[in-house]
Parts: sequence; structure tokens; C-alpha cells
Amino acid sequence: MRLSPDQWIFWQHGFVKLNATIVFTWALMLLLWLGSWLVTRRLSPDHRRSRWQNLLEIVITGIEQQIADVGLRQPRRYLGFLGTLFLFVAAASLCTIVPGYDPPTGSLSTTLALALCVFVAVPLYGIRDQGLRGYLRSYLEPTVMMLPFNIISELSRTLALAVRLFGNMMSGAMIIAILLTITPFLFPIVMTALGLLTGMVQAYIFSILAAVYLAAATHTGETEPAPAPSPEPN
Amino acid sequence: MDSLTIIAVASIAIAGLCTGFGCMGPALAEGRAVATALTSLAQQPDASATITRTLFVGLAMIESTAIYCFVVSMILIFANPFWNAAIARAALR
Repeated sequence: MRLSPDQWIFWQHGFVKLNATIVFTWALMLLLWLGSWLVTRRLSPDHRRSRWQNLLEIVITGIEQQIADVGLRQPRRYLGFLGTLFLFVAAASLCTIVPGYDPPTGSLSTTLALALCVFVAVPLYGIRDQGLRGYLRSYLEPTVMMLPFNIISELSRTLALAVRLFGNMMSGAMIIAILLTITPFLFPIVMTALGLLTGMVQAYIFSILAAVYLAAATHTGETEPAPAPSPEPN
Repeated sequence: MDSLTIIAVASIAIAGLCTGFGCMGPALAEGRAVATALTSLAQQPDASATITRTLFVGLAMIESTAIYCFVVSMILIFANPFWNAAIARAALR
């Protein structure tokens, strides 16, 4: 039984392997780019617009609203990075409808690459917002003794991002594969629907967590905006 | 029992126990989280967007510990380095 799409090799020459992870990632990139290009060829600013433009605007304003809710001011600056994370993971899990497709996020290499993007982006945006000294000083908060714990938490939450997404996608694919050998009629369909739901939730979680880490890195020096008041349980 | 059998039995038993024990804690914690979220929703329905979003983020964080245990179980069953090394050594003999 295949643990990940890394082991499904399409083409090999020496040590250069074209496995299913790479091929399906390229297919997703082509799908996203082609769809966006076809829609944005004829954009119109007034009320007479195509339904696809409406769809894209709903998606973009929705993501922007979520980024602003997390606490990032000027959500447009982060929209490219966070929006791409969400759209890639969401498209990767939505395409499981297509038969013969294996989500590339079911391979630890893809999810680790996405988590490393977040790991690199947090200091980048933090330094751009607060300057190098300001950002490095944030590691010493609240006291200097917290410096090793802050560093460890940076590394561990990157690893957690990668393993969370990988575990969810891989377990979905594996359960469907196992059920196909036991009861091939009804339950694989139910589990595919559940896999779609968890895939979309995981895409949302990945991008929201990336947004929260960015928000923590870009304004630690100021007072936080007051969160929504939580009621006392009585 | 030779070492090949011992490795197999240990891997299989621990893989089952790992997922079994590893899902108990997160299940209890998620139940408590959802219960508290429902109480908050009943008391403040107009904050439902924030509460729902925070609930989902919290559930994902709790779920990830269960996922770690599941990944270890999968490694023990499908990508076990000790089993692969023992098989390679047995094939050489």
C-alpha cells in the first residue's frame, strides 16, 4: 500500500525522479493559473460582469476579511502569500473528486515545503514591519530567559503545521484506500465526502495559523486590539 | 522467538496502542472545547463568527496531537526502519 504519492514514479532518469507529488503539484499550478487567467482577461468594474469574476471577488474579499479579522492591518500586503497558501491547499483537497488523483499535500515533502515558506515569511514580514533590531528584540519578550523557548516554539510550530496537514491528508487517502478493499460500494463515497470537508478545514486552518504567526511577528511592540469579550461560564 | 518475530510483534502491538491511547486525550479535550463554545454561542449569538473561527482553530490544534500519534503508528506499520533492516539482513543469509 502506498504511503504517499512520492512512491508513484512517472518518469526517471538517473537520480532525477518525476513522482506523482511533483506532477500533481504542477497540474494544480496549471489549473489555478489557467482558471485565473481565463477569468481576469476581461474584468469589468461595473455591475455587468461574468459569474466567474463574481466568484473570484467573493473568494478574494472573503480571504481579505479573514486576514483583517486576525488582526493584520493592511491585509492587502499579506493577501498574496496567505491567499496562495489557502488556494493551493484547498485546490489540492478539492481535486480528490477526480479519480486517479492523489493529493500532493499527502506527502510530507509538500507540507514541509509549505511550512518552511511560513517559517521564512514570518521573520521577513517581521523585519519589514519592525526593523531588524525590533524584530530580534521581540524574541526577548517577556523576559530574556524566554529566548530559548521562543526559538524552540518557532521551530516546533513549523513542524506542527507540516505534520498536521500531512497527517490529515494522508489519513483521508489511506482510509479510502483501505475501505476500497473491504466494502467498495458505499463507505468510500462517504469517506471521500468527509475527506473533502477535512481538506477544506485544514486549508483554512493552515492559512489562519500562518496569519496568526504573521500578526504576532508584525506588531508585538504595540498594545493588542481588545479581543471579543468571552462570557463567564455560570 | 527470533529477532524478526520480536520486531514484528512489538511494532504491531505498539502501533495499535499508540493510536488507541493517543486519541483518548484529544477526544476528551475537543468535547470540552465544543461544549464551552456552545455555551458561549448561547450567551452571545452575535459573536458567533469569532467564536466559531476560534473554535475551529482550537480544534485543529488539539487534533494535531492525535495526528502525531497516528503518524507514528503509520511509520511503525509501513515505513519501519527496524523491520526493513531486519528483512535486509535476513535476505542476505
